[in-house]
Amino acid sequence: MKKNEVPQDEGSLAKKNVHELCYAVDENGRYTTVQSRGWEVKTLALNESLELIEERIADTKRAVMAGTLSPIAYFMELHRMDLPLLASYVGIHRWFVKRHFNPKHFRKLSEKTLRKYADVFGISVEQLTSGIC
Amino acid sequence: MEINFEHRQSAHCENGVISNLLNHRGIHISEPMAFGIGSGLFFVYLPFIKVNFAPGFSYRPMPGKIFRRLAKRLGIGVKHQRFSSPEKAQASLDEKLKQGIPVGLQVGVYHLTYFPDEYRFHFNAHNLVVYGKEASEYLISDPVMDYATRLTEEELQRVRFAKGALPPKGHLYYLERLPTNYDLERAIKKGIRQTCNDMLAPVPIVGVRAMKWVAANIRKWPKTIGIKKTNHYLGQLVRMQEEIGTGGGGFRFIYAAFLQEAGTLLNNPALIQRSEEMTAIGDAWRDFALDISRIYKNRKSGSDVYEKLSDQLLNLAERERELFMRLKKDV
Repeated sequence: MKKNEVPQDEGSLAKKNVHELCYAVDENGRYTTVQSRGWEVKTLALNESLELIEERIADTKRAVMAGTLSPIAYFMELHRMDLPLLASYVGIHRWFVKRHFNPKHFRKLSEKTLRKYADVFGISVEQLTSGIC
Repeated sequence: MEINFEHRQSAHCENGVISNLLNHRGIHISEPMAFGIGSGLFFVYLPFIKVNFAPGFSYRPMPGKIFRRLAKRLGIGVKHQRFSSPEKAQASLDEKLKQGIPVGLQVGVYHLTYFPDEYRFHFNAHNLVVYGKEASEYLISDPVMDYATRLTEEELQRVRFAKGALPPKGHLYYLERLPTNYDLERAIKKGIRQTCNDMLAPVPIVGVRAMKWVAANIRKWPKTIGIKKTNHYLGQLVRMQEEIGTGGGGFRFIYAAFLQEAGTLLNNPALIQRSEEMTAIGDAWRDFALDISRIYKNRKSGSDVYEKLSDQLLNLAERERELFMRLKKDV
């Protein structure tokens, strides 16, 4: 890659005024570093992945509204987590976490357990139990 | 207190931390040099592990490996510590800062407040340096950022005790012992030899063979798992190759920079020749990424698109195989 070929497409990094460093060759064939504002190719790949996450969040939201899943499942997807990851964050075995996805079991959860989940998601217990909208 | 620490931006976090920590103690090793001596160039395909709903691809070895190899090859003593209690982890960090020692930390990316939202994934092998504390805020030199940043005590605790794959468990490290004299030439040769051996390894999930396996799978995926999943897998491949921290072209450009520097240092014109070839291969990797992105852009489908991508990757694997065979003989 030549110095003048380093892509400068407006990426999501540039929005936060962050640039990334690329290695490129100057006119004399020597390697040097150039800051890049982003590359469309990467933005497209990243967006594809984000769309997939959005899709999963929307699906889970629908399931929670329909009463087949508890809000815990929704907040898990919202925080880009999966079951094993959420289980290790709250410190509850994944079998139990999976049970808590069931609205019937979720309603019986103690204040203490709800607190654990709420802390991981950075919300209050009321926000966790009051349903999502 | 604040330690007089020079923040220099780098392409990859691990090399950047190593290079900056050494620079602080007066040993000037550039980022590509650290990457090359630590044998950072790699390719691994883990079809049986799912990362972000796609198989695991990586263009680099396990996190921490580059640093450990570099330290060993130059005779640098690095102290590593992990903690079970967050309080002890913080106390230990504060103590080192008081002694005026900048400390490297392994952290999770998801809770890093200064990262753009799009980049906040549960990835736990990011590295940064803490070089001071003011009131309850830590001064952070994150090598992939343009500028030095800050994190509060809670924020830092949160990223140090992130959960998931490769949990950092408060992992901190600092330079303990520096060599009085080191043999750079020997270290460079060792680093190059290991990279050649890794890339030419006779196992299907590592190096050139892994690329060929991925190429064969790209041909099969549209039929076995469908177009949508195939595109997602390819997207993952592009992200691992080009995203923040790679310096572009799946680390190939950093490695070419290393070969150039090594060639000049050892007065070996063959290495400079290899550097040029490596640059050309890096460009071909970028073309590969560009062609994958066209699938998203044009929503083009049809199996010939994937056949072409597969051929491209096979061609890359073959070119790298030839290059590493020759490079092995050059040192």
